[in-house]
Amino acid sequence: MLSPWGISLAVLYVLRKRPVPGTHFSLSVQSIPGILGMNVVFTGLLGVAIALTMDREDGTLLRAKATPNGMLGYLIGRVTSRAAMTIAGLLIILIPAAFLFHGLHLRDFLSWLKLAGILLLGLMATLPIGAILGALFSNAQSIGIISLPMMGLVAISGIFYPITALPGWLQRAAQEFPVYWLGLGMRSVLLPNAMSAAEIGGSWRQPEMIFVLGGWAVIGFLLAPAVLRRMARRESGSSVARRREKARRRQA
Amino acid sequence: MVALAAPLPAEYGDADQNGSEPVIKTTGLRMRYGPVDVLRGVNLCVYRGEVVALLGPNGAGKTTTIEILEGFRKRSAGEVRVLGTDPEQGDEGWRARLGIVLQSWRDHGKWRIGELLAHLGRYYASYSTPEHTRPYNTDELISLVGLTKQANDKIAKLSGGQRRRLDVAIGLVGRPEILFLDEPTVGFDPQARQDFHGVLRRLSDRGETTILLTTHDLNEAEKLSSRILILAGGRVVADGSPVTLARQVSSRSEIRFSKDGLHYVHSAEDATSYVRALLGQYGRGIHNLEVRRASLEDVYTKIVQEFESRNVKRTPGRHARPNGRRRHAKPVTKVTA
Repeated sequence: MLSPWGISLAVLYVLRKRPVPGTHFSLSVQSIPGILGMNVVFTGLLGVAIALTMDREDGTLLRAKATPNGMLGYLIGRVTSRAAMTIAGLLIILIPAAFLFHGLHLRDFLSWLKLAGILLLGLMATLPIGAILGALFSNAQSIGIISLPMMGLVAISGIFYPITALPGWLQRAAQEFPVYWLGLGMRSVLLPNAMSAAEIGGSWRQPEMIFVLGGWAVIGFLLAPAVLRRMARRESGSSVARRREKARRRQA
Repeated sequence: MVALAAPLPAEYGDADQNGSEPVIKTTGLRMRYGPVDVLRGVNLCVYRGEVVALLGPNGAGKTTTIEILEGFRKRSAGEVRVLGTDPEQGDEGWRARLGIVLQSWRDHGKWRIGELLAHLGRYYASYSTPEHTRPYNTDELISLVGLTKQANDKIAKLSGGQRRRLDVAIGLVGRPEILFLDEPTVGFDPQARQDFHGVLRRLSDRGETTILLTTHDLNEAEKLSSRILILAGGRVVADGSPVTLARQVSSRSEIRFSKDGLHYVHSAEDATSYVRALLGQYGRGIHNLEVRRASLEDVYTKIVQEFESRNVKRTPGRHARPNGRRRHAKPVTKVTA
């Protein structure tokens, strides 16, 4: 988990002199908040999804089902640990970045508080979706398929380059998903206000950000219980055995 | 004088159960997967403290039955009661009274045995009552399954047999009233099997847990269980102690002996009088005398064969495993004395 973030930090450090077009601000520094947002999606959403499919394959989930209140305990445990790892991932990027780059707003308590708020909202928007995806895909291999479109989504979400450079229809597509808004939210907290000029509409659009992320959170929390219940209901000894057999054949 | 051991009760294992309510009861249990009927009206009763083995050929519906009883699978039709509750409606309190050991668990590989048992045990603590405390003491449980030396090992490091004994320990951690074991010794070497049987015997000696196990291994069923149910073609086709089942199939015994360097096998209705007459006639001329009732293996083969010859058109179940082990009766050369 450390290494991809380490690599991206190293790349950004090398490119730190390149400015955001039309400004004197470092493009690298501009990217860091977006990377933090991306971390929420990858560590959080994808992490939960992968954990759920793997835990179905090795019987962890069935074990939980065989234990009184085990399913509830399992889900709380998984979500909490994923949230903790997401927060850790964020700090792993943010702390070195604070020393390596100049221009991030990390000096005052208020920006940390806002950062925590956006992170919380981001987790609520992404973790239930991750759980839903994890419940729908039958094994860890097939979940790999969804990481591909996710990369595409990151590419169009203005993480590494301002989204305004993209054609309009791609901008509109990106704005349907949480990755862009998480990045934007993080930028609104960590970058100087003047940088909002590079955004769509020249604004941080915080109310819209809260609205979209909140919307994803609502959808997730509405759907996840039913999808997870369905997944739990279908879990049995023979389904674990069948999946295991499949995995064995794949290896052979 | 020859010292005699205390006689066994004539029908041990078949004790009169009419007094108590069964802890497991199914009536007309049916299960259908698509076009295939896997269970076609299973009726069974299991009473408190019994160790019951569910035997049957592959695809007979053993696993399906046990999963329905565990509340892991919805049945198509029929009545099912486990501890007085319909498993489909079983709540967490009901769940806390069951222990489940399934075929293929590899979970929690990074945990240590003691840690995992203590952790899972905590889920049962709120269902503890003064008469029935939960969970099991972790150290006691670890020693019951013979893993004391490995208590601090990572679970992924355990051998197949040790892993299975851990699974049993996990199944027992809430001090269940019923323990379900689905083919617990598949893939064991003889030593691991022996150890495992030891664990189950210690457990059944305590008498607080009713055990329902499925197995392919007839010796195992005979050794461990007080009662055997044979499932074939989606129905219970035989029900009784190993001894009763043997009688049901054949009341004849096989007597083997050698005389003048030749070996003889004789089958007799009344083995005792045959042997008495044999020894009376030839006395010291008889050697290597052996009397053998029909073994469970003979019984099983006969019952299943009889059943299958009546149902030739039977559709194979979806779960039929083509490479499953098949058992044949041992060939016996018949020589009449």
